[in-house]
Amino acid sequence: MKTNAHATLASILRWLGVVALPAVLMLSFLWAGGWLTPSRLTQAAMLDALQKGGGMQSGFRRNHAKGICVTGWFDGNGNASILSTATVLQKARVPVIGRFALAGGLPYQADAPGKVRSMALRLSPSDGQEWRMGINDIPVFPVGTPQEFHDLQLAARPDPTTGKPDPARMRAFLTGHPWLQPAMVQIGQRTVSSGFGDDTYYSLDSFLLVAEGGTKTAIRWAMVPVQPAVPDGSHANDHDYLFHQIIDDIHAHPLQWRLMVTLASKDDAIDNPSKEWSQDDRQIDAGTLTLTGIESEENGACTGITFDPLVLPKGIMPSADPILPARSAVYMRSFYLRSGEHPTAPAISHEMTIPSANAKDKKS
Amino acid sequence: MKTVASFALPSRVLHWVMAVMILAMLLIGVSMASTVGADYDRLVALHRPLGSAILVLAILRLGNRLHTPPPPLPRDLPPVMKLGAHASHVLLYALMIALPLVGWGMLSAGAYPIPLLGQSVLLPPILPHDPMLWAWLRWTHTVLAFLLFGVVLAHIAAALFHGLIRRDGVLRSMLWREKP
Repeated sequence: MKTNAHATLASILRWLGVVALPAVLMLSFLWAGGWLTPSRLTQAAMLDALQKGGGMQSGFRRNHAKGICVTGWFDGNGNASILSTATVLQKARVPVIGRFALAGGLPYQADAPGKVRSMALRLSPSDGQEWRMGINDIPVFPVGTPQEFHDLQLAARPDPTTGKPDPARMRAFLTGHPWLQPAMVQIGQRTVSSGFGDDTYYSLDSFLLVAEGGTKTAIRWAMVPVQPAVPDGSHANDHDYLFHQIIDDIHAHPLQWRLMVTLASKDDAIDNPSKEWSQDDRQIDAGTLTLTGIESEENGACTGITFDPLVLPKGIMPSADPILPARSAVYMRSFYLRSGEHPTAPAISHEMTIPSANAKDKKS
Repeated sequence: MKTVASFALPSRVLHWVMAVMILAMLLIGVSMASTVGADYDRLVALHRPLGSAILVLAILRLGNRLHTPPPPLPRDLPPVMKLGAHASHVLLYALMIALPLVGWGMLSAGAYPIPLLGQSVLLPPILPHDPMLWAWLRWTHTVLAFLLFGVVLAHIAAALFHGLIRRDGVLRSMLWREKP
């Protein structure tokens, strides 16, 4: 009897041995994939929040869905080359594919002065050391962490009955996040320019320039228009007035922006894009962006590109800003999802981007 | 007689080095595909060179396998188990080679730069820029990764079954050389 019991026990233990290691690996896999920690913020949760907060249309970007493709070039002037080995910052011209867009997931939304505008760029030097950026016309980012971004999207989601954010829910978010108050005020009080072409776009997130010897310099940057900024004025009751305007502008003449690099001073927050930097920071004019072409997303080169802010050349690195990896991850998933879907025709069609006969007459 | 000849030393070294790399790769992959955390870009930056190394080692290993056949399975192993062993090994080799290639191809089709080891070395694209193809390959990469993880778990369970239940020398043949 006793030996029998021993044999049974030994057999059970051996079978446990067979099962134990695969079971531990299975649990590790589930844990790594976030399935055992439902409270952990995932890419899926972030996309879900974006959809609730800003809307979603199959086949389009999950944010900044209404846009238009542009092309041109960037002339580095070498002024920042002492701080970074990036080829795009040397004295050279590189081709650019870009995109102007409105924030939000709805590709057919109406243009309006208060809506956040963005510029996205891919600078492609011949050595393959690409620099991509998605930059916005707000002075600071409204939040400092991915969780705050997620919660803000949910707080700002439109009430199904009114179609507008529920003021009580927004108030609750702001009361719960008093440290975001200055950023909200700065965004709310920003000067709104007349259109995409005379707007200033900010990196918001911080990055590190890496010099030849390895010295790192924390920076933010902005694309500052060379053409004079005109304050937002009266515009016809036009659903797409911002896009009509940028189409006409680029057909009339090239548009230019200066790449103004701001170097962090001692008290500037490197890891929090909701914090404004000192007004006294040193700035470097690192080059000039020139945009000469404009195309609908139907056939434009920007459509198949995700402007992931972590596609960086050698010589530029991400800072510890937690928004950056979250953006990179969510952009990847948005690009993955929309690329597998069949988009409807974009709001800004190919026909709208063709120079009108009228405009041609004016030019000649 | 329960004696199974051991794998040659190069085969054993390749097996265990790759075992660690592939398990790490699967955990890194499933983690980076879900997280929005601070480690996301570091995990991605690790995933690419590790995957490239697995591809190179898997091709070396396939050559080694064809050059140095593995010791035969025990003669008394039921035919169903023999079939399972062979089929799973074919699948493991196919996935070890296909997964990195699909990953490389999907980044190519998505027009992502593919840096290895910092940003100095860029892998060239192996497919044209095509967003539909990117989406399809991105999906395929996930499906194949889940399949590989499943086959790896079955492989480990089978090895432990040989070692602890059948005690037929198959597990030992990958661990150390039998003293003559």
